Amino acid sequence: MYAERVREIVSQHGRLSVPVAELADDSDLYQAGLTSLATVGLMLALEDGFDIEFPDNMLSRRTFGSIASLAAAVEQLAAKPVLV
Amino acid sequence: MASLRPRTAVAPEFGALLSEVHRVGREVIAPAADAVDDAARFPHESIAALRELQLLSAYVPEAYGGLGLSIADISKVCEALGHYCASTAMIFAMHQIQVACIVHHARGSRFFEHYLRELVDQQLLIASATTELGVGGDLRSSICAIEVDGDRFRLVKKAPVISYGEQADAILVTSRRTPDAASSDQVHVLVRRGETQLEALSAWDTLGFRGTCSSGYTLSSEGAAEQIIPTPFDAILSQTMHPVSHIVWSSLWLGIAADAVGRARAFVRGEARKNPQLPPMSSLRLGEVDIVLNGMRNNVQSAVAEYARLLEADDADAFKSFGFATRINNLKLSSSQLVVDIVGKAMLICGLHGYRNDSKFTLGRHLRDAYGAALMVNNDRILAHNATMLLALKEA
Repeated sequence: MYAERVREIVSQHGRLSVPVAELADDSDLYQAGLTSLATVGLMLALEDGFDIEFPDNMLSRRTFGSIASLAAAVEQLAAKPVLV
Repeated sequence: MASLRPRTAVAPEFGALLSEVHRVGREVIAPAADAVDDAARFPHESIAALRELQLLSAYVPEAYGGLGLSIADISKVCEALGHYCASTAMIFAMHQIQVACIVHHARGSRFFEHYLRELVDQQLLIASATTELGVGGDLRSSICAIEVDGDRFRLVKKAPVISYGEQADAILVTSRRTPDAASSDQVHVLVRRGETQLEALSAWDTLGFRGTCSSGYTLSSEGAAEQIIPTPFDAILSQTMHPVSHIVWSSLWLGIAADAVGRARAFVRGEARKNPQLPPMSSLRLGEVDIVLNGMRNNVQSAVAEYARLLEADDADAFKSFGFATRINNLKLSSSQLVVDIVGKAMLICGLHGYRNDSKFTLGRHLRDAYGAALMVNNDRILAHNATMLLALKEA
């Protein structure tokens, strides 16, 4: 349900070396050129886009590994009230 | 008799305990912190929560039923508490100093071995009365003298400051050994609620650390002569009270500083969200304040490590070296200034949101508490001691 919006945000903020349209939901984003510094901009854009906040323990390679894993994380966070 | 030497390694189950401290911090201590600060009242609910976690006997060896935490563990608990309420953290820290004095220096005393078990069972809170009207803040000088008659003692002391004196179950008090002893020939005696009267001399309405309730009192007490710790106070001070005080205080100031930086980070993150590709200017300031925080943390950790090594070696002379004493003083001097610097930098990052009292990024209480660090034991006195010791210190 979130994958399409996530895909759009990854396309704008992921600074990938290949067009996002060429990637499957489970393609490895790091292989597609995602760097750990670029994940910060991506995280902030996802937080802004979905009005969520990533806790420190979710800022991992596993969360940012693919569009599918990001969509799952967003879905999980959107289900909870935002805590700062 | 079981060894009273404290454990110096980090206990394996300590991680779980520290998580509990943070949970209690979020659920109980932080929600009460503003009310405690507003009314300058004792943080009853916070101390009750620490009692429930058995934390008042955190430094009591396991042989007596305590948690047997190391100085490194205690430092981390103080830091954690500093995130939520500096007054609670200070009360906890000061109590641990008194416990450490008993644990390190009352070995072999029937009274104190029994008292440690009582402390564990009832989670007793111990305060301190070291300074005295007329001695100008010098811990190594007393005017009052304990009078021992047979197996009983009597003591009267005019103390300008006894933090949480009215809430404490007992108070460790310094005095001259006898009415004709020199001012520096001191003993350390545990006086107990029920045997002690506190007559108020002054109130505690300060800028920060308001919940410590550090009013002044004339303390009068009677009790059993075995309540006098069987080690001279100068040894208790150099081996325990001096190093432990500066370590636990610096640790809780680190907690205040780290929480301020945490608020600044949350603020910058919120700003960054508005334009993810162009980090806000304040993010550079965040990078800068993190360097200072990191330095402060390293200072605390290095002092903890050195003190733990000395405890392990159990060499009474090593604690008396000018080198060690100066480094411990340096920890206090630098941490007490860095906490003000860091909270100030965090406030610049948060801008008006940090300056406001009604914002979730507010840093007013942090800043007021931070200023107490250099004053509650005056930095100039410590610096003067260092200046003297440095003249004789030959090591590099």
